[in-house]
Order: sequence, then structure tokens, then C-alpha cells
Amino acid sequence: MDDKPLSSQESMPALRLEDYEQIVGPDIIEQLLQLAEPLKGQRIVHVNSTRVGGGVAEILHKLVPLTNALGIATSWEVINGRDEFYRCTKSFHNALQGNHVAIPKNLLKAYEEVNAANAEILRPTLADADIVFIHDPQPAPLISFFPERKGKWIWRCHIDASRPYRPVWKYLRGFTARYDASIFSLATFAQPMPNPMCLIPPSIDPLSEKNMDLSEPEIDRVCAQHGIDRQRRTILQVSRFDRFKDPLGVIEAYRLAKRFAHDLQLVLAGGSADDDPEGAAVLNEVYTAAAEDPDIHVLLLPPDAHRVINALQRAADIVIQKSLREGFGLTVTEALWKGKPVIGGNTGGIRLQVINHHTGFLVDTPEGAAYRIRYLFHYHEHLKEMGLKGKEFVRENFLLTRHLRDHLSLIHALRSGSADRIELHRVAAALV
Amino acid sequence: MESSETHVPFLVRDCALSAFSAGLRAQNLRELRDRLTEVSTDSIYYHFWGSRLHPGFEHPEYPNMFAAWVHRSLHDHRLGERLGILDPTAVPDLEALRQELIETIEQRLDETELVAWSAPDDQFYFLRSRLVVFDTPRTIAHPRALVEVLPVLSASSIFYHFIDARMRLPGLDDFRAWLLAYGDEFVGLVEALSEVDLFFVPLAELRQTLVSVVSTYFTEHSGPEA
Repeated sequence: MDDKPLSSQESMPALRLEDYEQIVGPDIIEQLLQLAEPLKGQRIVHVNSTRVGGGVAEILHKLVPLTNALGIATSWEVINGRDEFYRCTKSFHNALQGNHVAIPKNLLKAYEEVNAANAEILRPTLADADIVFIHDPQPAPLISFFPERKGKWIWRCHIDASRPYRPVWKYLRGFTARYDASIFSLATFAQPMPNPMCLIPPSIDPLSEKNMDLSEPEIDRVCAQHGIDRQRRTILQVSRFDRFKDPLGVIEAYRLAKRFAHDLQLVLAGGSADDDPEGAAVLNEVYTAAAEDPDIHVLLLPPDAHRVINALQRAADIVIQKSLREGFGLTVTEALWKGKPVIGGNTGGIRLQVINHHTGFLVDTPEGAAYRIRYLFHYHEHLKEMGLKGKEFVRENFLLTRHLRDHLSLIHALRSGSADRIELHRVAAALV
Repeated sequence: MESSETHVPFLVRDCALSAFSAGLRAQNLRELRDRLTEVSTDSIYYHFWGSRLHPGFEHPEYPNMFAAWVHRSLHDHRLGERLGILDPTAVPDLEALRQELIETIEQRLDETELVAWSAPDDQFYFLRSRLVVFDTPRTIAHPRALVEVLPVLSASSIFYHFIDARMRLPGLDDFRAWLLAYGDEFVGLVEALSEVDLFFVPLAELRQTLVSVVSTYFTEHSGPEA
């Protein structure tokens, strides 16, 4: 192993509960404080394998300081590995998503060795922790090295493991089954486990660059930089160039809708596909399909273009997420948060978020998407109403504060044995 | 009439729900019936009540998840309607509710020759709930203070006192139980609250509905007795 595990304490920015209170309301913050009160004095540790990049790190950057702001000592540790370790865990990731990946024994050996070495370095932190959240497969074997552990250990699976490649899942289950509980994002993502399987959907941070409010001049500037005319109607899909996201289907839907909305523009925004041969092929097909239409804007954005994505989502009239297969679909959550109705593929977590006539429309074909684009432009008031409803829906269900509340509830549930109702009592109350 | 000063204040509580996979799922009506015979009652609770606290959009047409799934995924609209009308407050407990569900599904199975299947990725997943109930710093000294307190209660607090209470206090909720302790003094408000049809009001809107009921009552009964 090259480096020591990294501890989070020095680099974590402090978060103010007041900032979130302005967005979610005082009742939600009050609720978090009440749930946190009996847990003061407990020590929570999160462990994953990267400090930057990826959804897990993005969540932990906010979740950890927010838990600390509630008065619960919480830290974040990152394990380090060598090249073989990361090759192995990349294969795990693909295998859990259903790809048939044979993993050589030497990679599995590296995986276990790296975890053994990290376990020794993290022993002082983890052995006495009250609650340990282990994120994804990378650090999953750590539990094997703590037979005398004091606290409750929870394995958090952020991956859609609904149809895993069985040999790999069988191997990983040897570790994950040892935990006191596991967390999956959706019921459909879960694999049978001998421990309690808690369901906690992901969340977005309303104060992050990707979701914070932006000024109109900034949105104008981003659109101008990318040749998007804000005087014209715009539909947008944000996603990597992947067949499961069906960008060609989106182009087809746009073409069908444009017959009735002549000023329509389509923006397809996603990351570069340089390291993904399949993605590069899809991107070429997209370029070919879009070639002769100046109103189709294909934008290749760097991974940190959060503010640009934010501006594009706010500039759009309708957001499309016409996936053929999808995990939870946080791009849908982001669009709803910006008050945009979403036309989404009838799959995965999109179904949980897009409700016909309320927050958008679920569709199965490009024709269906085109029809709903026309519908929303025709019933403009309905479009605005759905946007407002979608934003409130996210405020209630998919913000970081709800995510933290779910973690605290789970901790109480685990500390209380098997009762289906847990009663926490205060000492004194104030009269109104 | 008893003096208000002798009454205990209303202790405002709140709750948070943890949802767990029950490890069971169904892809057709027979499987749904079979799984219903074996799931724990906290799963029945979740799919009738607890789901209103769990992230997701409340389907305004179907007040419980069984009805919504049968309608949306099995396209059996007749059974969807029958399941949708099941009133969990009209049976003594969750075990009785389970029997109602099973009998309603059995009846439908008797009527039909073909059993409809859902798409593989649209199965019914049975979940279980664990409810964490906790005190808040608030108490309500007198019913009139409901007007100022209800608007600031969390949706989950409303859930606990107005919905979950029906499992704890058959035929009542916490607010009405408290008001009834005043004898006949607030019987009009008790009656007005009993008319709120919570099956058609999403949790997010329920608070506003209750605020409206209570405000209207105290506006109309602004005399010294109220």
C-alpha cells in the first residue's frame, strides 16, 4: 500500500444548520436536533475509498459536517490501495450492475491485502466507534478484521445491485453478510441478506454548486457561451453518452416535437467519453444524428462543470431523462428541484420521482416523449404547476436533510433491538 | 363544565420512519395473496400508513400501495378500486386488515380465469417499517393554541398525531382524544376534525387542512367558552 488512509477532519468545511433551515424549514431542523440529542456522545465513522469524485464522496462532503453540526462526533476515513485494488473494485462495480466480469485471483488477493493493511491503520478509529458506515464494496472486508468491534457496522450499497453477476456477488456477500445492517437505495436494488436491509434513497444538496440558486445573468452567460438562445423553447437531457440513456431516442423525440414547436432547441449535455469505447461510439452516433441541425447542441462538459449543468437545467423549459435503464436518476431530482417538469423513461428510480400529470410524464418511446413535449408546451399553465409541485416533492423527500434523518432513524432502530416502534423521551418541555 | 386549567397540556411528539426490505415480492395476484399471509403486520402498516412518511410521491388516487400497484402494474382496475376503498380504521387491528386484504384478493381470483402479471422490473416489494417516536420541546396548553401551533408542526408530527394515532386509539386521533377530555366544550371541533378525509389529502397538505378546520372553528366560536 502506498499511503496512509486519509482522515477527514482537517479538510471538512463547517456547515451551518441555519443555511439549511432557510430551505427546508425550521420543523425539519428541529426534527434532526431531536433525533440527534440521544446520540450525543456517540462516535460515527464513515469509510469509503475516495475523497474526490463520484456521488459517494459528494454526499459525504456534506453529510459528515452536517452530522457534526448536530453535535454528533462524526469523521470520514478514506482507504488507500494500489492499482490492482482499484482494478478489482472497478470490476466489482461493473459486476454488481450485471456485467459478466471474471476477476483474476491476484486482483482478489490485492483487494483483501489492501483491506487488511487499512484495517490495521484504522484500528484505533474503528474498533471503538459506535456506528461505522462502510460505503460500497471497496472497504467491505474491513469488518473481518474487527471481531471484537464495539459498535454497529452498516454496509451502504450505493450501486444498483438488482441483477448482479452471481459469482462476484457470492464472493462479496461473504463480507457484507457480516454487517449488522445494510442500506440500499431502493427495494429493487437490494439483494437478500441475513441482516436488516434498510432502504434509504440518495439525496441532493440544495447548497451545492449543482443545485444552488443562480442569478439570471449567470444563466444567460452560460447559455450564450454554448450558443443556446434563451428566447426560444429548450429541452435538455443531462447524462453521459450511453445507450441506456437513449440520446438517439431523445433526438428522435425532439424531431417529432419540432414539427409543432418550430423554435425548439435540444441540448444534450454530458461528460467526455474518452475512456469508454462504447460511450465514444454512442457519441459518434449522436454527432451523426445531430449533424445537420443547428438547433441540437451536443455539449461535452468536464466532470466539475456543476455550475454549468445547474445553469442549463434552469434555462430549460422541460428536462428529459429518457433512460431505458436507470439507477435512482439523480439528474431527475436535480431538474425537479429547479422547478422543471421531467419527461422520463419508465424505469428504475425515475418511476419514484416522475408521476404522470404531477411532476412530469413517464414514457416508453420517443413518440411518447414527443407527445408529452407537445402537451406541456400546449398546456403552459400545467407545465408551471408541475414544476412547482416537483420542487416541493424534492424538498420533502430528496434533500440532504432527509438523508441524514434516515441515517439517524436507522441508528436508533439498530440500538433498540427488534421493536417496530422506538420511543425516545425528553426530560422537559416548554409550554406554548 | 370542567375548567380548562385542570386539563393536561397536549404533548407534541414527532416521528421518523425507517423502511426495511421484508425480503418478499410479488409479480402477480396469487403471489401477492401468498406473501400477504406471511408478512409481518408492520409490513401491512407500512403499505397502508407508513409509506406516507417514506420518500415517494403520494398517489392521490389510491390511498394504499396494494391498490396502487394492482391498478398501475397489474392493470386490474376493478380490484384496484376494491382495495382502494379498504378502510384501515374500520377494523380492530392490522391482523384484521390483513384478512380483509386477503379476502378481497381471493374474491377477485375467484372471478378471473387469467392472472395478470407485472413487468419483471415492476414487482411489488414488501417493506417493513420501524417508527422512531420522539418528544418535541412543544406542548399545547389550551385548544385555542392549536391555531398557532399547527402551522409550525412538521408533516411527520401531523402524521403521528392524526394518522398513526388511529392505530393506537381506535376511532380517534390524538387531537380529538385530547379535545374530548374537555367534555362537550369543543365537541364542534371534534366533529369537524372527524370529517377530514385523510385518504384524499397528501400528508404535505394535511397540515393546511387541519389549520383551516381549527381556524374556522375558533373564528366561528370566538366567545369566551372557546
